[in-house]
Amino acid sequence: MIHQYKLGGYNIVLDVSSGAVHVVDDIAYDMIALFETTERADVIAAMAEKYGHLPEVSAEDLEECYDQLLELKESGQLFVPDTFEAMAPYLKEKTSGVVKALCLHIAHTCNLNCSYCFASQGKYHGERAVMSYEVGKQALDFLIANSGTRRNLEVDFFGGEPLMNFDVVKQLVAYARSVEKEHGKNFRFTLTTNGILVDDDVIDFANREMSNVVLSLDGRKEIHDRYRVDYAGNGSWERIVPKFQKLVEARGGKNYYMRGTFTHANPDFLKDIQVMLDLGFNELSMEPVVCAPGDPSELTEADLPIVLDQYEKLAELMLERERAGKPFTFYHYMIDLTGGPCIYKRISGCGSGTEYMAVTPWGDLYPCHQFVGEEKYKLGNIWDGVTNKDAQNEFACCNVYSREECRDCWARLYCSGGCAANAYHATGSVKGVYKYGCELFRKRMECAIMVQVAKMADEDDDTDL
Amino acid sequence: MKHIKTIKTRNLCESAKKGGCGECQTSCQSACKTSCGIANQQCESAKNSK
Repeated sequence: MIHQYKLGGYNIVLDVSSGAVHVVDDIAYDMIALFETTERADVIAAMAEKYGHLPEVSAEDLEECYDQLLELKESGQLFVPDTFEAMAPYLKEKTSGVVKALCLHIAHTCNLNCSYCFASQGKYHGERAVMSYEVGKQALDFLIANSGTRRNLEVDFFGGEPLMNFDVVKQLVAYARSVEKEHGKNFRFTLTTNGILVDDDVIDFANREMSNVVLSLDGRKEIHDRYRVDYAGNGSWERIVPKFQKLVEARGGKNYYMRGTFTHANPDFLKDIQVMLDLGFNELSMEPVVCAPGDPSELTEADLPIVLDQYEKLAELMLERERAGKPFTFYHYMIDLTGGPCIYKRISGCGSGTEYMAVTPWGDLYPCHQFVGEEKYKLGNIWDGVTNKDAQNEFACCNVYSREECRDCWARLYCSGGCAANAYHATGSVKGVYKYGCELFRKRMECAIMVQVAKMADEDDDTDL
Repeated sequence: MKHIKTIKTRNLCESAKKGGCGECQTSCQSACKTSCGIANQQCESAKNSK
């Protein structure tokens, strides 16, 4: 399968199974569209009719172009069949029982009252609670014991607002550091925070111990303060922005994401990205809202063309700023064409429910943070391990080939079948497909690849056709 | 006349032979937390060999 599209002045052709990316001229672009369905002579004739009037195009040249396509096909870079499906069940067996990442719900409570919060203001539709050190320590022990030969273990301090239980966060990091060497492990911690409780102590700790920090900011003050308010209804933008600026400045180049959410209130989210840039942040993530159907913040069909256009304009802005020496990163456009994931990862997906689980303040295990509170998906707990094998099997069977809708999608090896939680909330099944999200994802991938192509073209005049 | 420029990419068919170490980051962990995209992840072994 191939996917061909025009964006940013480039004709781009993706070969789905090999991962090859080709930049082609108009003749090759049109020829590729006919290549698998039309005889050679008819392809050449069609091209001669369309392009023959151009002085630089000869019959010999068209034959040569066709030969170039044949060579790419024969060398496994174009029209490569997908032969990976047979590997899919084996992959899950390979990773079966190995856990490599936990999302620790360190606080099921929050000091903000954001109406669009998928975690229902941090409570996950349950009681307010904070995780004790004993529960957290057992969770880390569970991770070490179940991580097999994996060296890198990821732990995200999540909530609610994790800084409402900061002392336990510090104690758990100290514990993990004290035992990681003896077990041959390397903990990578992440803190996701709304910023309200960030102070010098937090900044010092986060910049020393956290591989990544995820900082919640929605961009424009009026957009941010529409949803991100305290329990008195006061917006939080003024309070958090100076703290985030101080934290990022002190971070000294270590990873962070300024993470925003866009909703029906701001499908024109590029304005919010521009505000983040103006505030001095340059590692950005802006996500479509996840909410119940019918929620006022839900993105609508009418919003879709606006959002797709914003993604294209975002790509243009990235290139403009790159060329001006003021680059920034956008999480979904950080595609590494040469050092990206192997086919195993691309087929098997995010690992929720198998390699990755969420731990509640009480020590219960769920397939991921977005399933916490869905009782039928409670997998077990950190003392007894996974006991709800039926629920886990639903996730173990999730792969890029388990969804019929993905079979004809060119982006399947870039998303590996999508987010099980998005699918569940949109369709009632983890094997469903969140079609709206797919539309956004495909556009993001087209933009991400175009940005890479343009950067390479900037570095290498040879990319020009 | 040049019609096609092939960008250097990781060959996924080749990665089937040696991939699957599992050391890579869990997809939405440490990041967006609300969607699955694996394309923007790095291969841990490729990163270490750079």
